[in-house]
Amino acid sequence: MTRLSIIVVERDRERALRIVDGLMAAGDHAITVIAEETGLARRIAEQRPDIVLIDVANPSRDVLEELALVSGPLERPVAMFVDRSDEQLTRAAIEAGVSAYVVDGLLPERIKPILDAAIARFHMFQKMRAELAATKAALEERKIIDRAKAILMKARGLDEEAAYGLLRKTAMDQKRRVADIAQQLVMAAGLLT
Amino acid sequence: MTDRRLHLGYLPLIDAAPLIVAHELGFAAEEGLELALVRLQSWAQCRDMLGTGAIAAAQMLVPMPVAQAVGLGPDYPPFDLLMFLSQGGQAIAVSAALEAALRADGHGFAFDDPVAARAALLRVAKGQLRVGVPFPFSTQAHLVRRWLDGAGLGDGLTIHTVPPPLMAEALATGEVDAFCVGEPWASYAVETAAGALLLAGRAIWGAPPEKGLVMTRAFADGQPEVTGRLMRAVWRACRWLDLPENRGTAAEIVSRDTYLNLPPELSERGLLGRLHISAQGEVRQYPGFVGFHAGAVNFPWRSLAALFADQMALAHGLDRPAAAVAAMGCFRTDLYRQHLRSAGVDLPGASARVEGAMSYPTAVASEKGQMILGPDAFFDGVTFDPDFAAC
Repeated sequence: MTRLSIIVVERDRERALRIVDGLMAAGDHAITVIAEETGLARRIAEQRPDIVLIDVANPSRDVLEELALVSGPLERPVAMFVDRSDEQLTRAAIEAGVSAYVVDGLLPERIKPILDAAIARFHMFQKMRAELAATKAALEERKIIDRAKAILMKARGLDEEAAYGLLRKTAMDQKRRVADIAQQLVMAAGLLT
Repeated sequence: MTDRRLHLGYLPLIDAAPLIVAHELGFAAEEGLELALVRLQSWAQCRDMLGTGAIAAAQMLVPMPVAQAVGLGPDYPPFDLLMFLSQGGQAIAVSAALEAALRADGHGFAFDDPVAARAALLRVAKGQLRVGVPFPFSTQAHLVRRWLDGAGLGDGLTIHTVPPPLMAEALATGEVDAFCVGEPWASYAVETAAGALLLAGRAIWGAPPEKGLVMTRAFADGQPEVTGRLMRAVWRACRWLDLPENRGTAAEIVSRDTYLNLPPELSERGLLGRLHISAQGEVRQYPGFVGFHAGAVNFPWRSLAALFADQMALAHGLDRPAAAVAAMGCFRTDLYRQHLRSAGVDLPGASARVEGAMSYPTAVASEKGQMILGPDAFFDGVTFDPDFAAC
């Protein structure tokens, strides 16, 4: 089987490396990473890849749309199309956050292992991104709650446990989150000092 | 009325305002809808999210559902355009190098004269002009073609897709010589000293439809109740947006971190029709630079679907009459009438018209009496006749 030429458009080096790792495991292919999005259309046209993989949310995707069109049905060899071979696969890819542009005429059985590998990697990134955001938010909230506790301890002469109890009781009474009440208290205290 | 949560996709542009305002000012809540607005990064992503059902409806470039209908996009269930969200709002910018050459040539940067701007541009372009547009199927691409095709550049004129947030950079690095884009991205290029504004899109075409509210046909026909509520909420937001006293507030709202995440001072320029055309701070007033409502802006004339389809058919070697018929079917004037009549919206007697025929505001027959349509002429006076029998 001839090797396929695959381009991965990804600015983040770490992410790009992981995607390449995943693709290598899926078979012996020639993989190129493009990290710089300037002149993207020109560079891809020059390389004439079989498959281009890019984050669904990358603004530069619209540039690839143009490539998929310009060549049109008359110049099949460089015509790139959003993969039409397998609707379910396309959907899975988009949900995982990766879009694939595939040269027209490439056999579905050759595309599938590559897309599967890409989907698995992108899925992992999405999970990591969500976890990172959640951890960050939790840390932020913890900090605010600590500050609110300190304010209460000082203003009302409470110990730490009592201060937290007061925050929690207020939150329950008002059907709000502890972090929201803490936020309001910190803001109000800021205005008063 | 039961509460219903809908995911709506939009791109960070000032003409996302109808969706943002429908949500923020409670027009959606009034209709018992809760809108979850999803900020997207590219038009391809917007199309894919709608096509795979990740969002229920989206703000889209008007020619995009047309491209889907004529078979120039991926295989997704059919899309329908329910109403236009905006008209105009585009500007053409040139690079700093071209600006200098134009000034040396004596051009005054009036911003409203397509004939003088084109003549000057042709003199300084030396037969070569690369123009950026946001998407292959965009009103911007249509405006550029209208304005420059046949101007004698021949193959020297090339049109390139550049994502709007990257337009200024593409101009600064010399990837393109000029571009046509929706606000605030043209003003952003001026602000970063990448170029100067040469012309308003409306100077090329009096009434260029820019964005539309698009959903899948399956949703529009399968859930008429929800579709109607969404259309009424968005229609009321558009009416609110066209009151001059609301434009400043609108600029503040759309500029927030969650939406455009840019200084309101930048979004305000297009919304108020008060544009800084150069890094030196020269200002041009362009009343009605972007419209959301007045002059039946929201009515999705089928003749406009035919106009875009015809141009696509020509460019891509498709059957022209068949493309026009397919496109007209996805501009849902029937749903517009059905769902907005009850909200007291005036409706035109016809669903198609000769495009580009009006040089002045013109009264046309409508259900409630007379409807005044804004001028829609093309700068070159060419008109477009749809096949009325097929409308």
